[in-house]
Order: sequence, then structure tokens, then C-alpha cells
Amino acid sequence: MIHRPSPHRRRARSTQDVMRDVLLALVPGTLVMLWLYGPGVLTNLLLTLIAGVATEAAVMRLRGRAVKPPLRDLSALVASALIGLSLPPLAPFWIPLLAGVLAIGLGKQLFGGLGHNPFNPAMVAYAVLLISFPVAMTTTWVSPTRVPDLLATLGHQFGGADGWSGATPLDRYKDLATRLTQSEIAQDPLFNAGLVMPWALLALAWALGGAFLIWRRATFWHAPAGLILGILLPAGVFGYDGDQFVPASMHLLTGATVFAAFFIVTDPVSGATSPRGRLAFGFGAGVLTWVIRTYGGYPDAIAFAVLLMNLAAPMLDQFTRPRVYGHDAARKGPVLEKRS
Amino acid sequence: MSTTDYKALAWNGLWKNNPALVQLLGLCPLLAVSGTVINAAGLGLATLFVLMGSNLAVSLIRHHVADHLRLPAFVMIIAAFTTCVELLMQAYAYSLFQVLGLFIPLIVTNCAILGRADGFARKNTPLPALADGLWMGLGFMAVLLVLGGVRELIGLGTLLDGAHLLFGEAARDWTIQVAPDSYPGVLIAILPPGAFILLGFMIAAKQAWDIRAKQRTTIDVVAGSKRVRVTGDVAR
Repeated sequence: MIHRPSPHRRRARSTQDVMRDVLLALVPGTLVMLWLYGPGVLTNLLLTLIAGVATEAAVMRLRGRAVKPPLRDLSALVASALIGLSLPPLAPFWIPLLAGVLAIGLGKQLFGGLGHNPFNPAMVAYAVLLISFPVAMTTTWVSPTRVPDLLATLGHQFGGADGWSGATPLDRYKDLATRLTQSEIAQDPLFNAGLVMPWALLALAWALGGAFLIWRRATFWHAPAGLILGILLPAGVFGYDGDQFVPASMHLLTGATVFAAFFIVTDPVSGATSPRGRLAFGFGAGVLTWVIRTYGGYPDAIAFAVLLMNLAAPMLDQFTRPRVYGHDAARKGPVLEKRS
Repeated sequence: MSTTDYKALAWNGLWKNNPALVQLLGLCPLLAVSGTVINAAGLGLATLFVLMGSNLAVSLIRHHVADHLRLPAFVMIIAAFTTCVELLMQAYAYSLFQVLGLFIPLIVTNCAILGRADGFARKNTPLPALADGLWMGLGFMAVLLVLGGVRELIGLGTLLDGAHLLFGEAARDWTIQVAPDSYPGVLIAILPPGAFILLGFMIAAKQAWDIRAKQRTTIDVVAGSKRVRVTGDVAR
């Protein structure tokens, strides 16, 4: 009920509130990941969180700022958690540690901290790690059909043990599709439970978290819709032939698609801000993802696609400015007048 | 002509007005070729030679070139010296020439060289111009060497890898393995993005150093007041 006269403007939600919602929304997906990939998910998360928060505190100290406020707004935790969940579950322990340092140090604080980073911090860290350590970052995934226990996971992460790791479904399919037909690929041990089955559950869990975020108004539907459309459209048009291309259902449900749709392209700092701009931002990232996944050499492409679209976000905002109340049409094009 | 302060020239080239760290000129070869110490040294030496030669030549002809024709003339001089370097490298360090490839002829377009020719050499007598070329070239080479060293150390875990390219077969075993064999090698340091990031850190470090040095030399004086302050920030 409204008790006061207008304006009925509600108090803007604090960064901390939004970040807490994001952390909550990550829970269902994290639990499913834990079930699919084993305890490596948790150790990754723990190590990135420690490294990320420690880096945030250290850099704030170095810059001579108060250490506590940036830690209390939880943004460092969110960025670290996002990169922690993107890492392969059997990566050696120094990968998640480095990921936290890179995401917060290189991706966020080097540009001036929260609100100043032109690129998504988690994706900066992911791209740097993927380019720097292609072996450690691509061959340490786990097949949900053979989940390692805690001991085997720790053996992988802290020792030189091997025997559990494998490729990602997207990578596997692309590799097999060079010589097999779709029905033959479905016989592969990695796709025992059907081409998308186990990963569909994970995608559903991320979507659940995403729905929670949209319901809480912590984010908007435009960017996720754009990303999913941007992947499905080319995948449906050009990739209908499952014998040559990865089918659209796999593009949608495996890999990082749904996770990125709700947690990566929705980043309010590095993404576009106008509604149509957000839609275009997501769509562009989706199309680029499909192109890089199909023709590139890396197992997934979300990070590169998002970083490229981050570069375009300011321009998207300039060309999608909404109509101002009282004006007939929206003004298009770059802002030429001098800003005060 | 007043006497030239050669010390100031050296300080200018190496630190205060360093072509790579302050003027940010010639970044294309700087970033592309500084993957290892040896590559960096090769390009640094070539640039040093061209810079000294062109500075001297430009200074010698400074009274004979019309003002509106000076830039084409300078570029011709620089191109001539670059061609000399290219031919010399082909003759005496062919494998290094193959590694550096296009970046040797590209020295012609290095703005640091044209900048010194137009900004210093054409207004000064040959000897100071030569000294300026020497110190600017050394400053450029120093940055190249540090950047190459850091990138090689992070990216490969070695130092002086491929020394035989520059110093002949006797130097083949000069390579220093700093990191253990299991070191995975941070590939991004060798790739162009790593060069940008590391150069950014070097520039930041130089500026931080300068600010600190300035703070140390300025003495805090409480202007106008002879009384001792006891509240607020007490002057040190």
C-alpha cells in the first residue's frame, strides 16, 4: 500500500542487495555442478573466492583506500564465484588461485574498481588463462558418467595424477563430427544418457537461478533472451545438419550458454545499459559464440564473444538511447555535445 | 652556439624523455619483437644504429634542406640507414634477421627516429645530435631489453634463449633455465596482449617512481605561518 504522496519512487537497491541475490541465484546450479562433476567444483570455488577477496583487499590497500566497503558490497565474491564456476573441475590448484587474482586484479581493480571495468572481470580471467594454459584449461573436464571422488579430485588438483579428466561435450562432438554421423556420435561413452541429458539438468538449474534474478529485478530479460536467440538462430539455420555441425540443442544446453545468459552477459557494468542495447549486446555475443564455437579451435567461446561485445557496448548504448519523455523520437547517434 | 649539456641529453634519453616509456613512440616493433631478450637486443641494436646515423646525417644537412621538404628528406635518410642495417643483418646474423622479419624494414616508420630527427637533430650541431641519438637509442633498447627479459621469464621460464642468433654458435649454450622444467609457461606473456599489459606496468612503475622521487625532494613548508599547529594534520 502507498502511504505517502507522490513521487512513489522506491529506494534504489544497494549493490550489496543485488550481489547477494546473484550469489543466492548461483546456488542451485552449483549444487547440480557438484553432483555432475564431483568435489572439484567446490575446491575451485573456494580457491577463487580466497584469491579474489585477498586480491581485492590487497589492491585497495595498495591504492590507499578503505579496505572494508568494497569487500562488504560482495562484488568481489560474485566475480570470483563466476570465474570459479567457469573453470574445469580438475584443473590444477594454481589455476583457480590465478583466476581469482586475474579477475579482481587485472579485470576489475586495474581499471579503477567496481563500476569502472570495461570488460567482464570473470571473462578476462578466463580468456587470459585459456590463452596462457591451453592444456590445463581444456583437458581437465570431467564426464558426468564417471564422477571422481574427493581423493581423486585432490590428486588431480594438487598432484600430477591423471585418469579422470576428459573433453567437454561440445569439443567431443566437434571432434567426432569430422568423421561420424549424428547417430554414431550418440553411441560415444560421453553421450551415454543422450546427447544433452545430464547437462540439460545443469542448464535448468542455472535457468532457475536466472528466473529468480529476473523476479527479484536484479537483472533484466533482454540480455539473456538476446544471447539465447543469437546462438539458436545461426545454429538452427546453418547447423541443422547434425552430421557436420553441433546441433542447436547441444549449443543451448551444453557448454556455458545458459550460465552465461543469466550471469555473464547480464553484468551491469561491462554490458550495454539501454533495453534495446542489452538485447543487441546479448544477440551479438550469441552470434559470436556460435561462430567461434563452430570455426574456432577452443572448446567454448563465451568468454571471447563477451569480451568482444564489451568493446561494442558503449557504442550500442549510444545508438539505442530510449526516447526521452516529452520528445517525439529518440535521438540517435553519438553524443556530440560536451558533457559537463 | 651555447655549450651542450651532454649529461642532460643522457638523462633525457634514458629516463626523463624515454622514447618508449614517456613519448610512447615506436610501440609497434617494441611490442611485437620483445618476446625474448635476444630478439629485443637485435631490434634494439638495429634501432640504435639507425637513430645515431640518421641524427648525424640530418644534423649535417640541416642548413641545406628547405623547410617544406625536410620530412621527405628525413624519411629518405632513415630509409637509407635502415636498408644498411637490413643488409648487414642479412650478411652477419641471417637467422636473427629471419626471426625479426618485417620489423627490421619497419624501423623506417618508427616515429621515435623521425621524432628525434625533426625535434632535435635539425636544430643542433652534429656532435650533440649524435649523442642524442646514442642516448635515445640506448633508452629505447633498455626498455626493449627489460620488457623482453620479463616476457621471456614469465612466458618461457628462461633467459637469453636463442643467444646464438645474435652472438654466433659459441653462444648456443648461454641460455639460462630459470624456472624448473615442469614450469608450464604463461603463454600470454609472449603473445601481443602480454606485451601491452607488461608495458603498461612498466610505464606505471616509472611514473610511481617519479612521483615518489618528487615527493622526497620537496620539503614541506607551512606557508605563512610561524606558529606551531597542534590541531588537524600536523606538518611533518
